[in-house]
Amino acid sequence: MRFAVSLLVVLAIASVIGTVLKQNEPYNNYRIEFGEFWFQHFEAAGLFDVYHSAWFLLILTFLVVSTSLCIWRHVPGMLREMRSFRERATLSSLQRISHHLESPAPLAAESVTAHLSAHGYRWRVREGEDYTLYAAKKGSYQKLGYFFAHAAIVVICLGGLMDGNLPLKLAEAFGVKHPEVRSIPLDQIPPASRLQADNLSFRGNVFLSEGSAADVIFLNAGQGYFVQELPFRLQLKAFHIEHYSTGQPKRFASDIDVFDLNGKLLKSGTVEVNKPLIVDGVAIYQSSFGDGGSGLQLRVWDLASSQASAVATRSQVSQDISIAGKRYTLELGDFRPINIQNMGRTSAEPDNLQSAMAVAQSVKGDHNVRNFGPMQQFKLRDETGQAIEYQSYMLPWQEDGAFYMLSGIRREVSESFGFVRIPLDSDNRLDTFMRLRAILTDPAQHAVIARQTTAKAFAAGGVSASGREQFEQITLGVLEQFARGGFPEIDRFLTERVPEAQRNVVAQTYLKVLQGATFEALAIANSRAGLPTPAEDAKAFRFNQDALVAISNLFDYGRPALIQLEGFDEVKGSGFQLTRSPGKNVVYLGSLLLVLGIFCMFYIRENRLWIRLSPQGTLLALTSNRRTADLDREFDLHRAVLLPQTAAEQEQDKETP
Amino acid sequence: MNHTLRTPIGRLDYAFAALILFAAALTFKQYGNYLDYYEQGILLGSAAGIVWLGWFWKPLRVFLPLCGLLALGAIGLYDGALANGSSRFWLKYALSSQSAVMWMCVLFFLATLMYWVGLLRKSATALGVASGLTWAAAAAAMISKLVRWYESYLIGADVGHIPVSNLYEVFILFCLITALMYLYYEARYQARSMGAFVLLVISAAVGFIIWYTFDRQAHEIQPLIPALQSWWMKIHVPANFVGYGAFAMAAMLGVAWLLAEPANQSSSQRRSLWLAAALIAVLGLGLHLGAGALGETGAPRAMFAAKFAYCAALLCVVAANRGQLASYLPAPAVLDEISYKAIAVGFLFFTIATILGAMWAADAWGGYWSWDPKETWALIVWLNYATWLHMRLVKGWRGATLAWWSVGGLFITTFAFIGVNMFLSGLHSYGGL
Repeated sequence: MRFAVSLLVVLAIASVIGTVLKQNEPYNNYRIEFGEFWFQHFEAAGLFDVYHSAWFLLILTFLVVSTSLCIWRHVPGMLREMRSFRERATLSSLQRISHHLESPAPLAAESVTAHLSAHGYRWRVREGEDYTLYAAKKGSYQKLGYFFAHAAIVVICLGGLMDGNLPLKLAEAFGVKHPEVRSIPLDQIPPASRLQADNLSFRGNVFLSEGSAADVIFLNAGQGYFVQELPFRLQLKAFHIEHYSTGQPKRFASDIDVFDLNGKLLKSGTVEVNKPLIVDGVAIYQSSFGDGGSGLQLRVWDLASSQASAVATRSQVSQDISIAGKRYTLELGDFRPINIQNMGRTSAEPDNLQSAMAVAQSVKGDHNVRNFGPMQQFKLRDETGQAIEYQSYMLPWQEDGAFYMLSGIRREVSESFGFVRIPLDSDNRLDTFMRLRAILTDPAQHAVIARQTTAKAFAAGGVSASGREQFEQITLGVLEQFARGGFPEIDRFLTERVPEAQRNVVAQTYLKVLQGATFEALAIANSRAGLPTPAEDAKAFRFNQDALVAISNLFDYGRPALIQLEGFDEVKGSGFQLTRSPGKNVVYLGSLLLVLGIFCMFYIRENRLWIRLSPQGTLLALTSNRRTADLDREFDLHRAVLLPQTAAEQEQDKETP
Repeated sequence: MNHTLRTPIGRLDYAFAALILFAAALTFKQYGNYLDYYEQGILLGSAAGIVWLGWFWKPLRVFLPLCGLLALGAIGLYDGALANGSSRFWLKYALSSQSAVMWMCVLFFLATLMYWVGLLRKSATALGVASGLTWAAAAAAMISKLVRWYESYLIGADVGHIPVSNLYEVFILFCLITALMYLYYEARYQARSMGAFVLLVISAAVGFIIWYTFDRQAHEIQPLIPALQSWWMKIHVPANFVGYGAFAMAAMLGVAWLLAEPANQSSSQRRSLWLAAALIAVLGLGLHLGAGALGETGAPRAMFAAKFAYCAALLCVVAANRGQLASYLPAPAVLDEISYKAIAVGFLFFTIATILGAMWAADAWGGYWSWDPKETWALIVWLNYATWLHMRLVKGWRGATLAWWSVGGLFITTFAFIGVNMFLSGLHSYGGL
């Protein structure tokens, strides 16, 4: 008994360990976290999988055994007690009960039985030599509560044990089975790491792309895994994901077909979160989702030649790619068709009590969510192994009526992405920008651009004849600086060569010169390509301005290519958890017993009432399994009905203390 | 003369039952098509449960219909447009869910104040006012829950759901359930002055709600993620909060018991307890003020630890003042009995809630028990109170040990309720062992 109760405390403390230390992580994470020394000790102590370690199971076993012993020892006595009416109680034992009362007043047998049945008591009568004893009781099921609640613990633990995969644990202990720790193709996994389809209980995962199928799943086991064969073949037809207007996911659902191993369709259905499908005693759950390897159409712009080439590939693969004669590895990550971001509040942050109250009053958030559309993330790794990571968004990004292509870049995984915003032309293509960039960054073209820009400025009267030569030189200089490194290069030149007092004025002039030159550059490029001269309007001005910023930013882009996502053919993937747990219903039965037991123990009061009638008078005695204020109340009730005289006396006692 | 222990079922009881059944039937007719079998079952079960509750505890026969009526009034005022919430007077200042929550906060604070005034001045009037304020606060909480449920459907038909889906919503539920349970025992045992202690824990929850609203905008209604889209939520969460509310109440009654029952303490013992209280409070203050310097992950933990230290310091003060409030509080035996009853109720409901949680997990996650930190802490809470009950019922323990234990139980429960979410999300969140 004492032992069993102490076990509850021990179990609670042991359980804490597994919540403080995250369980069943990849073992390498632990190694990094704790270092080799502690890792080995913790692993030996089973701390990475506390709840399946031998010592934890031992505590549970002790709990089951000691609870069983408690039941074994107490239940026979309790059953006897439940059956008994204790009608053999002697006068002196009744007088020793704290809630008892003797009165010389006589009491009729009929009123006793009427009172007892009115209050739900069952009774036995014992006729003595000169007395009649009514031994009554109610709420005997209270005792059953003890049995239910304690049996429940044993039943639940046994159910849990059934699902705890004991046969596999034993097979592991005897070395018959051992987990596979290598990443090797499925058909090379040895039988010692494979579990047959008739395995009593399992819980494992599998990830399927749309259209693909599996007849095995993987069970995590310490540092490795087991391959569990399924009694059927699971195929993912399609995966669906729906979103709320706020961008949060609303529904994950997988349409699946289940075939038997001969290829005959057994069941077809949809698995959703909270709505598993059960086939052949195996429950199939929706557990994760992702990209299943989507087809991608990429456009690779060589930034040196400004030429583009189309590349067709798939997400989640690596492939070699040649840019400007150098070899790179293109490592494609997951394709993400929807990218919803919360852009913050649409209204200003509350700054006074009134506006704070207004915010607190509204249950609808005013968040600005935007869908950035399909995005592919990838790394471009050069021959030395250095990689830069990029994000490429397919849809044009609209801002104040103009359209841009967004490309994110980061050099360290820990950094967040920085974005380059490249203006798109009226066809939503990069071609105009690339044409402009090609001519602006080509030093051989600078003389032509400078000459034409100067001629234009002279014709418009912006430059005098005497200043013409100087203006052309300045234009040429600005173009050369910009082509060398964008705005930072011009800035560096200004800082080095121009006195601080004049720097601002000169910078303004340079910018104007550069803008004019940009327009002429595009006009030249267009006419060479056989395209019309661009219009001289605000839209064109903005395009040129954005293009200059983008060209400047691309100097920092890190790789000689800009990769554009032009199209995709999405293939989604869905992760399933499959379980067979025969112990589930046993555990539920135990749970039912537990609730019943607790209810009986706390909410059924076992009362015993003795009424002894004799020529000398009447004796009333009441006991209960629990001595609370309720017992006092009930005793007062019985005496008030059966022996009203004594109740009146009691009232008097109270009034004259 | 009244010859039974419970008041008999009268005409008003039948009227109440008829009203509730009528409301349920109307709901069924109106919305039955949108409910699955389980939800229809829950509707029927709730109606039966409410009738039973009203019969069991008579004031609810007025409280529940009144709250329902006011909530219906609010729904009528909304007239299908959420924007009316900030333009129509009654919605803006009283009946929209957030206005009701604000009223609830104010009323709970006032009730706490009045309970303390009543306790220290031994004023039955003040205690009566406090009791009324608590009823009003509970009504505001109830109305806010009902109206919020409706408001969620105004945001979007697919967004609408019962407001027990996140920490903000369940904190209001906690206040509501704890207050109602307390009011029941207060009436049953005619022991109003213990409200000063029970309302303290509710006030703490109210403080959290206010911070959560103004600092984090947690009051905004969010749609349900797929994992929460289940009828299990409707029964699992409320059952859990009956448990949490009962445990919180038992703990506060434990504190009251300690202040009501004198102990044999020497003055030097008292002095050292006061000293310990001061030291721990200073330590807490240090953590509190220095939290800002600990960075993004360190600061919230330091704040949490500081609050823990304040609570510990207060408990030292309690330990140094055993029996000081003896003449102000109900008899220790009464406090002890209510505390025991609260734990018994809480234990039953917590058991049911944990089992329901396991069954939900079996539907949603693929296993009824995964030793996930939240599950494991639920088990720890359960084991704690199971042991407490064994000690009391089998060993016959009473008094100081059990009172302190029930106070400690609140710390364990609080950790299971909030701490797990704060600290145990991952391997790195707690820096290992």
